[in-house]
Amino acid sequence: MKRETIAAISTGMTNSGIGIVRISGEEAFSVADRVFMGKEKLSDVKSHTIHYGHIKDGEDTVDEVLVMAMRGPRTFTGEDTVEINCHGGTFVVKRVLETVLKNGARAAEPGEFTKRAFLNGKMDLSQAEAVIDVINSENEYALKSSLNQLKGSVRNKITDIRNRILYNTAYIESALDDPEHISLEGFSSELEKTTAGIRNELSELIRSADDGRIIKEGINTVILGKPNAGKSSLLNVLSGYERAIVTDIEGTTRDILEEQISLGGLSLNVIDTAGIRRTDDVIERIGVERAAEYAERADLIIYVVDASRKLDENDEKIFSMIYDKNTIILLNKSDLDTVISAEEIKERAGNIPVISVSAKEEQGIRDLEEQIKSMFFKGDVSFNDQVYISNVRQKNALIDARESMEKVLESIENGMPEDFYSIDLMDAYESLGSITGESVGEDLVNEIFSRFCMGK
Amino acid sequence: MKYSADSVWENKDEYDIAVVGAGHAGCEAALAAARLGFRTVMFTVSVDSIALMPCNPNIGGSSKGHLVREVDALGGEMGKVIDRTFIQSKMLNKSKGPAVHSLRAQADKADYSREMRRVLENQENLDIRQMEVTDILADHGKVTGVQTYSGAIYRVKAVVLCTGTYLKARCIYGDVSTNTGPNGLQSANYLTESLKALGIEMYRFKTGTPARIDRNSVDFSKMEEQKGDERVVPFSFTTDPEDVQIDQVSCWLTYTNEKTHEIIRANLDRSPLFSGAIEGTGPRYCPSIEDKVVKFPDRDRHQVFIEPEGLHTNEMYVGGMSSSLPEDVQYAMYRSVPGLEHAKIVRNAYAIEYDCIDARQLKSTLEFKKIEGLFSGGQFNGSSGYEEAAAQGLIAGINAARKLQGKEGIVIDRSQGYIGVLIDDLVTKESHEPYRMMTSRAEYRLLLRQDNADLRLTKIGYEIGLISRERYEKLLEKEKMIEEEIRRAEHTNIGTSPEVQSLLQSLGSTPLTSGTTLAELIRRPELSYEKLAQIDKNRVDLPYDVIEQVDINIKYDGYIKRQMRQVEQFKKMENRKIPDDINYDEVKSLRIEAKQKLNQIRPSSIGQASRISGVSPADISVLLVYLKS
Repeated sequence: MKRETIAAISTGMTNSGIGIVRISGEEAFSVADRVFMGKEKLSDVKSHTIHYGHIKDGEDTVDEVLVMAMRGPRTFTGEDTVEINCHGGTFVVKRVLETVLKNGARAAEPGEFTKRAFLNGKMDLSQAEAVIDVINSENEYALKSSLNQLKGSVRNKITDIRNRILYNTAYIESALDDPEHISLEGFSSELEKTTAGIRNELSELIRSADDGRIIKEGINTVILGKPNAGKSSLLNVLSGYERAIVTDIEGTTRDILEEQISLGGLSLNVIDTAGIRRTDDVIERIGVERAAEYAERADLIIYVVDASRKLDENDEKIFSMIYDKNTIILLNKSDLDTVISAEEIKERAGNIPVISVSAKEEQGIRDLEEQIKSMFFKGDVSFNDQVYISNVRQKNALIDARESMEKVLESIENGMPEDFYSIDLMDAYESLGSITGESVGEDLVNEIFSRFCMGK
Repeated sequence: MKYSADSVWENKDEYDIAVVGAGHAGCEAALAAARLGFRTVMFTVSVDSIALMPCNPNIGGSSKGHLVREVDALGGEMGKVIDRTFIQSKMLNKSKGPAVHSLRAQADKADYSREMRRVLENQENLDIRQMEVTDILADHGKVTGVQTYSGAIYRVKAVVLCTGTYLKARCIYGDVSTNTGPNGLQSANYLTESLKALGIEMYRFKTGTPARIDRNSVDFSKMEEQKGDERVVPFSFTTDPEDVQIDQVSCWLTYTNEKTHEIIRANLDRSPLFSGAIEGTGPRYCPSIEDKVVKFPDRDRHQVFIEPEGLHTNEMYVGGMSSSLPEDVQYAMYRSVPGLEHAKIVRNAYAIEYDCIDARQLKSTLEFKKIEGLFSGGQFNGSSGYEEAAAQGLIAGINAARKLQGKEGIVIDRSQGYIGVLIDDLVTKESHEPYRMMTSRAEYRLLLRQDNADLRLTKIGYEIGLISRERYEKLLEKEKMIEEEIRRAEHTNIGTSPEVQSLLQSLGSTPLTSGTTLAELIRRPELSYEKLAQIDKNRVDLPYDVIEQVDINIKYDGYIKRQMRQVEQFKKMENRKIPDDINYDEVKSLRIEAKQKLNQIRPSSIGQASRISGVSPADISVLLVYLKS
């Protein structure tokens, strides 16, 4: 099966000083030779060497470059690969790519390099997915998590759980195959404990899958507050430049503004909303309704309270929307004369954390950041000891495995015979194997023989 | 000396099919071929050892009992013969779920052998010939006949190899060895070379058996008696259950102890297994006692079952203590066991090694991929056990006959029977030891119960031609009764009458708060179809085997449906056929190991490919992508 030669920019589309265009496939070298002018032809050079030269589009010199020539299979994709390190920013890198595409390569689809690496047996499924996550990750935490996953923390954790499941299944099975030698007396209560333990560990992993999503995709955040409480100013401070129109007129923000911002390495997908107040203005009313809708689905609500104004019925309405949500109250305009004290708000807010900030003066933003971290990462954003599951397929496999463990518990509770437990135990074993790309094979039979003394 | 050129002659007696070997595989193969109308000749080195049980004196056991029932459901003989010759019977795992209930019967070995021989001798189209087959004759990759030690050539269109443990067999204990088959019988020393010349790859496996001791030298008062079941269930679906309610004999349980283990440990250096004198690979599941002591040093005792070899002999089998230790060590070891202090050994324990094949050279029909018309079954295929042998022998015999009928071979798949699991594992997976059936190998075991083997397979047996019309119609009738009764139970409403509540209470079941169906009540763990008889007013009398099916199908409905969904998934992969002429070298992205394995086994479907060890899920994805493009 012949595969086309593909090319893409393999660095982010930012104005960084360097950009890499990667070409992979059977024709990678001949395509590169058509655009690269150096001392010698790349087809003649030794593998895994670097060469200086220029990229030419016909007579035009596009860029001065360093080119890495690597023959398969010892490459990321397993195929012949040429990487062109360009000097220029976005514009130049794009031109280099265009030149390469004009000369015989096809534009790679998202994740296609990884897919090829996987198809060429260079990585297992979980690694492949983590690489795709690296590509997609938009902030440093996600990157750390993805790299950690490559090192196998997910694999280790799951392997450990699988081994325990296998041992217990083998115990049951050896007793079924050799009932006169191995007894299952009292085994159910032991298994019940083990199974409940594993179920809890799986729940933990599933929770981390949500964290994983948050790391990768950002925290969906909604900013709520009365008109002119300073929501838009906050957003502007957070995002670093003027995004929303900030005026002193109430109700300036009629639409919903979305912004992806980075706060100390955290990624927030912030939705600024129209202020909450009763309104007859149709456009604004729609905005208010949508704010309520977003609040319902958000990971985090930041409720901005104007400290220079008394709480009123509009605030009450907001309190009714947030009392059971992940919320932080920001007491804004603490730089002005305040009429509401932090204590007053805290009393009203119950368990909701309250932070005094001045959006204008950027005070308290650091506190906000810490508060968000503690809410979403249990106060610890170290990725060394935590396992993050970060894609849907893996998460679903975990959920399946947990469901199987629930079924084992149910069977035990219902007094079902032991052979029924094995069915669900092995289902869980298989589900977990699908995360690391391992099938069941002869595992169970081997475990039975190595752990249990069979008769005859 | 083997025949000379002068003694070669062509036997003009005409046969269609030759079966080599008369063990449990050979008997089923020969009977199936003859019953399907083909003139069949069965060769054996000794007519006196037809259907010999050279090791344990029982038929069945966990998962093996399933195989016997499946053989019976397809029209095989083993179940019928053991029903006539057993001396004790037990349903194992009765406290577990119905899927792992397994029948095991102690056989009167001599009776079993004699009874099977009688069946063979009276089978139309079947001749028995005492002679060693030394050569398989083939021309252009197609079988043309066999040649015997005497030089006689028999021209046939198909051959079924069921040589068991006889090929280049060697029996060993201590530093003593004899070049004989089991029980001192003549080994077959020439066939291996002929097979190798045909390009067939051979393995060398080993197995072993414990000593037989004299009943009069055993002190049973120091042992626990093991009785048979009160009510015996027959193996064969054709046996009248009343015919198997006989007086049974007992087996006896005793244990090894630290002293036994010390004796063994002190003499390990004299064991041929540890000294390297045995080259064959032994099975992990029936380890010798020395293996157990070495592998499980923490165990302070191992079970020993003393089992009668028959009604008309004093020999007893010492289950759990197979060994190849020297004779003097055997005496010391056995005599350290309570009850065996004065045991007299009649036959020594020994290990046996023999030539067999790597069964991955076979198609799922048990025909050799390289040689058309050559089939094989039983221990020759790298399995172990009488039941595994019978199952393969039956399928090999059927498929040899179908080859001659010009029909496609029968393949029982993994969702249809243990026979399917057994054969698929053998022809797909690499094995370094004799293969034993286990319930854990059957992924759909909830559906593959011993109680429903007839419902699963008898229709196939009828289509093959080994099941009579009468038996087939009886099965259809049974099927109908089951279906109707399940439907009735699902639609029978049970109210909250005082009678219902008091019955539930007396059975330790929660009283009803509102009306429900009979089926719902049957599903309660503490209840069953039979226990609810008195509140089920419209119940008619049904045969026991129908009631059993109704109860199981209603009770485990949820689990059964789940497995049926899994079977659907499985069938999808099985139905994704891989073309015969696929060139794996062209599939660039396959890993080298996967390429080698796929080239070697040449699986017929993606399903089978996915079960090959060394072929990873990633390789399967690659293969799927390749097949699509």
